[in-house]
Amino acid sequence: MKEVKCECGHINPVGTVICEACGRVIGDGDGSEKLLDMRYEASPRRSQHYNKTIVDKIWNFFSSVKVGVWLIVITLVASAVGTIFPQEMYIPPTIPADQYYKQEYGTLGQLYYQLGFDNLYSSWWYMILIASIGISLVICSLDRVIPLYKALKNQRTAPREGFLEKQRLFGITEDSADGVDIPSIKQNLASKRYSIKEENGSILAEKNRFSRWGPYVNHIGLIIFLFGALLRFVPGMYVDETLWVREGETKEVPGTDGKLYLKNEKFIRQLYNKSKDDQVFQDALKKNPAVIKNFQTNAVLYEKKGDTLPGEQPELKKVETDKIQVNRPLKYKHFAFYQSDYKLDEMNKMKFRLIDKKTQTSFGGLTIDLYDPKKDYNLGKGYRVELLNYFPDFEFDENSEPVTKSRIPNNPAFVFNMVTPDRPKGEASFVAIRQTIEPEGNNKYKMAFNGIETQNVTGLTVRKDMTLWFLAIGGAIFMIGVVQGAYWNHRRIWIQRKKGQVWIAAHTNKNWYGMKREIHSILTGTALQEPKDQLDEKS
Amino acid sequence: MAKKQRLVVRTIILLLLAAALVYALYANLTKDKTKQVKMNAAAPDFVLTDMKGTKHQLSDYKGKGVVLNFWGTWCKPCEKEMPYMDSQYKDFKAKGVEILAVNVGESNYSVQNFIDQYHLSFPVMIDKKSEVQNAYKVDPLPVTFIIDKTGKVIDQFTGSLSESQINSFMNRIKP
Repeated sequence: MKEVKCECGHINPVGTVICEACGRVIGDGDGSEKLLDMRYEASPRRSQHYNKTIVDKIWNFFSSVKVGVWLIVITLVASAVGTIFPQEMYIPPTIPADQYYKQEYGTLGQLYYQLGFDNLYSSWWYMILIASIGISLVICSLDRVIPLYKALKNQRTAPREGFLEKQRLFGITEDSADGVDIPSIKQNLASKRYSIKEENGSILAEKNRFSRWGPYVNHIGLIIFLFGALLRFVPGMYVDETLWVREGETKEVPGTDGKLYLKNEKFIRQLYNKSKDDQVFQDALKKNPAVIKNFQTNAVLYEKKGDTLPGEQPELKKVETDKIQVNRPLKYKHFAFYQSDYKLDEMNKMKFRLIDKKTQTSFGGLTIDLYDPKKDYNLGKGYRVELLNYFPDFEFDENSEPVTKSRIPNNPAFVFNMVTPDRPKGEASFVAIRQTIEPEGNNKYKMAFNGIETQNVTGLTVRKDMTLWFLAIGGAIFMIGVVQGAYWNHRRIWIQRKKGQVWIAAHTNKNWYGMKREIHSILTGTALQEPKDQLDEKS
Repeated sequence: MAKKQRLVVRTIILLLLAAALVYALYANLTKDKTKQVKMNAAAPDFVLTDMKGTKHQLSDYKGKGVVLNFWGTWCKPCEKEMPYMDSQYKDFKAKGVEILAVNVGESNYSVQNFIDQYHLSFPVMIDKKSEVQNAYKVDPLPVTFIIDKTGKVIDQFTGSLSESQINSFMNRIKP
């Protein structure tokens, strides 16, 4: 690592092309390149300064754009691989993951699982990749924006000859008798919104320097965005839960530490109606008669007062009443409740009549609350029904014993004992949906099905996202940076008088065609010849 | 001087970035654990009324060991471990170990039927509003927590317990 010493005596850092002190072109010595590398104003990237300690080595690694690009490529490829087979969270919960991938996708699937691609996006190495991109962004930006800022701030109004000659757009005009009309050039420049600096007759006209900061503004936006994504892990910043509530039921809202309760007053599912709805829907409804018009939960939100323990009767205060529809969530404080799912006609109550099988005479009816059945139903006049057993979600197990699969009354079954004046010990009867089994085989009485009551269940998504603001602001700054860098060009024009000649050189960070056209209109009628594109001459 | 300053600045920036990375990794790896009750920390307190009408507040059991079991009548593994729990309970009750069996919100009828069927002698209570389950982040059943005499959760087990496992659990929290 050697510093570069300039003729003027100034010692420049490694990689310098133009002396920091005097502006002479120094470069690699032989001076064979015709054009200057004007990227980052020919100043060295910071990282190339020194490379001694481990800190410098890490820094330099991340400072490389090549490394940054590779990190992005690797992340893209990895992300793509993660979509070949479904992620673990999307596979059916009934099969263990290690069996599922092999069974569904063969050896390749097994390999996929073994290599951990089934949980790719939360794997440690994927997170390290993303974080490395973030680190690369920060360091690349710092290493480039600081020298660039310094170089542009300290740029010379009248750079040395070597500098002008080696610009891409460069030209010499002999200063004849009628003379180059410098004042009108200056006027033209000013009318194109150039800011003009003069030093002993040398002119530097410059505009839109702020466009050079575009990429760095853009990176700041990205970093804020990444930071916002990181914040999701911080407790209290992000909640995404599901809440199932039956009609009439009040439930604690998960993710709120027991602070909020939600009551489902009513769930409504509306279909488009051929006779009532607009004529324009008729054709569509003919093809598909059941089209959903509306999902809606009439909900009441309560906040818990004071500090009650779980299980204790909480003191609830009504804070919000709303009709939750798809895309019209109930919002309270930072929580939003979205309509996301439903279950219609869940059985709630079942009605029976006690009848004489032969005469069909009814001795009274009973209603069984499937969520809270009673042990005994007294029908009066000596008629009584005992509930001996209850299976809310009935099936026969491997030993042909009646069991229940769950606590939800999807397929309720009952064992009744019907006590009547003439059968004081009672007759047992097993009653399920469309099925009656009589253990004794010759009952006189029967529990006749007499209707059901159903209720709807609503599925709500509980969402709280405090990171959204970071994402929005980060995204906005990102876009500002893109616009700033893309829609403006940083343009500079140097004009110098030298021994009866007028020299002109120009530089832009992009859009050379536009630059040439602008110079053309500035120089028209001023006797100064347009500079030539030295890149064209070369080829 | 400038060199030294640069080294310091670079080190600080790298450390900040590394800290963010480490936090992200740590938070991600412990994500599943935050969905569980913290071990060796105070057990979330609750109040439930058992089937006989007696109120039980967990914090009242300080000084005793508590086996907290979440179960459902339809759940086969729960059904299997219940008789073991009852027989161990009879041994350990005098030694200061209590069992609180929390049903996950079924009907009184089903729970009472189950108690009668297995002649359970320990207090059984129903968590009708799922609040206690939320507090203990209960998902698959059965799940058993053991709480020592200071009110700390010592261990948790998801799945059916054998009689010897219950015995060793009870020995661990015996005051």
